[in-house]
Amino acid sequence: MATPSYQSKTAKFTMIGIVFLYFTVFIILPIGGMFAGAFAKGLPAFWRELTRPEAVHAISLTFIITAIVTVLNAVFGTVLAILLVRHHFPGAALLKGIVDLPFAVSPVIAGFMLILLYGPKGLLGVFFDAWGIKIVYALPGMILATLFVTLPFVVKEVSLVLQEIGTEQEQAATILGAGPWRTFWRITLPGIRWGLLYGITLTVARSLGEFGAVLVVSGNIINRTQTATMDIYQAYSDYNELGSYAVAALLAIISFAILFSLELIKKKKEAASNGN
Amino acid sequence: MGHLKIAHLSWRLLATIVVSYIFVLVLLPMGALLSNSMAGGWGGFLEDLSQPVARKALQLTFEVALIGALVNGVFGLLTAYVLVRFEFPGKGLLNALVDLPFAIPTNVSGLMLLAVYGGGSPLGKVLEGLGLPLAYSIPGVVVAVILVTFPFTIRALQPLLEELDPDIEAAAYILGASRWKTFWKVTFPSLLPGVLSGVTLAFSRGLAEFGAVVVVAGNIPMKTQLAAVYIYGEMESYNARGATSISIVLVAAAIVLLVLLNLVSSKQRLTIPRFGLLRKIFVKGEVKEHGNPVIPVQDR
Repeated sequence: MATPSYQSKTAKFTMIGIVFLYFTVFIILPIGGMFAGAFAKGLPAFWRELTRPEAVHAISLTFIITAIVTVLNAVFGTVLAILLVRHHFPGAALLKGIVDLPFAVSPVIAGFMLILLYGPKGLLGVFFDAWGIKIVYALPGMILATLFVTLPFVVKEVSLVLQEIGTEQEQAATILGAGPWRTFWRITLPGIRWGLLYGITLTVARSLGEFGAVLVVSGNIINRTQTATMDIYQAYSDYNELGSYAVAALLAIISFAILFSLELIKKKKEAASNGN
Repeated sequence: MGHLKIAHLSWRLLATIVVSYIFVLVLLPMGALLSNSMAGGWGGFLEDLSQPVARKALQLTFEVALIGALVNGVFGLLTAYVLVRFEFPGKGLLNALVDLPFAIPTNVSGLMLLAVYGGGSPLGKVLEGLGLPLAYSIPGVVVAVILVTFPFTIRALQPLLEELDPDIEAAAYILGASRWKTFWKVTFPSLLPGVLSGVTLAFSRGLAEFGAVVVVAGNIPMKTQLAAVYIYGEMESYNARGATSISIVLVAAAIVLLVLLNLVSSKQRLTIPRFGLLRKIFVKGEVKEHGNPVIPVQDR
């Protein structure tokens, strides 16, 4: 890439220097500090903190919620995207706006809304209570909260790809006699696969890392409704910094892996949209 | 016009299921929030907002989010420019690190900041000596908001900068504009929509932030307590109505920002073609290309 000829060398190096400083202060040092904290007492101590019973429980709960949420939002998100992009119906614009809403709502408020609705005094809470089903301060509420905060990811990513690939191939398949399901499995799904995967990866990342919404809705009960992010918070509040850094480092490592796969998927997606 | 129209009946069924999903997941909870906030009527709503602690929390939230968004805009612009226009060792690494704050759980971000700048670390001791402690302080909250909103402006600007031919800047400079004039009159106007959308997103995210902020700033009413943390506190002390009123203000602000953002991004589409024209006037290569039209691939 060409360097613009009108920039002076001094200006260029000053700008690069400031950017390096910006990254160092806000990203590189903090990450380094946390990993240094996690491994300050060596690998065995790190492992011991990571395998605290409450940490193990919290991490597995996070994985369970992530798995359920990802499957549900992948399926519903794909259908929603098809509905929004391929079909014109009254209220489509409104529906699109509603799908975006979770990005605008603070996670704490998202959890709070669920308490208002499904809590002991809530409209639906009373109903579920009568049936003996617990929603808030239990797994179902935590799943609902995570579904809420991750709703837009798959819808957005799949919508973008659907708009890009157009309808020609789907039309051709239909004309050649393929039924709607066959068209979906053979034409649409392969067409959207990288977009879908990108949306799914974003959903996984957000589900693993969600804190505010699940904290509020779960009641933060140790060994029962605590997720990994809550265990980090709890350990830190209990002055167990090492325990807190250890679980945080694990989540950070997973984040790095997710980021890396996102880059890979982005490349595949771009390659696919440039005609394979 | 649609395709993939699944046989009428089953399609309708599918559409109904999906719309009900959205209804249960998004609309019902929002409705519950709205109806609860109106439980005490307008009077009750305004009374909740006029509580000193609530007002202070809201005011702090808007201030912190604004400062965070401005820093995000200025440094985001600089970073995007440097990452797109200059070649230097370590560029790939920096580019990869940009998205990290989105991938890392927000309370882990807060924890990371405490690990380096908190009272227990050498750097933290220096900062405390300077009278600038990170933990339980407003500067600490601002730093946390800057960290969690880090990617917004950078990622909004990178595609715009890649579209903007550096030759246009060079042309303006050669034609006699000063460096600053070139930047303000040529580069900046075409980046403005990206800056606006990045800053708006960062501001909206700053208003909503909880995880990073609660870890760094704790929950000191009137001092470091932000709106989201206040809501959490009110809920924990079973004051649902107080929490509802503040929530409504935050959600309303966020929806307004979302609408503004849509306006900005629809304007964004208008800005790039305008430069297509400038390009043809200024840059010889483009004019030549214009003279020998390239046949689109599909027509060959």
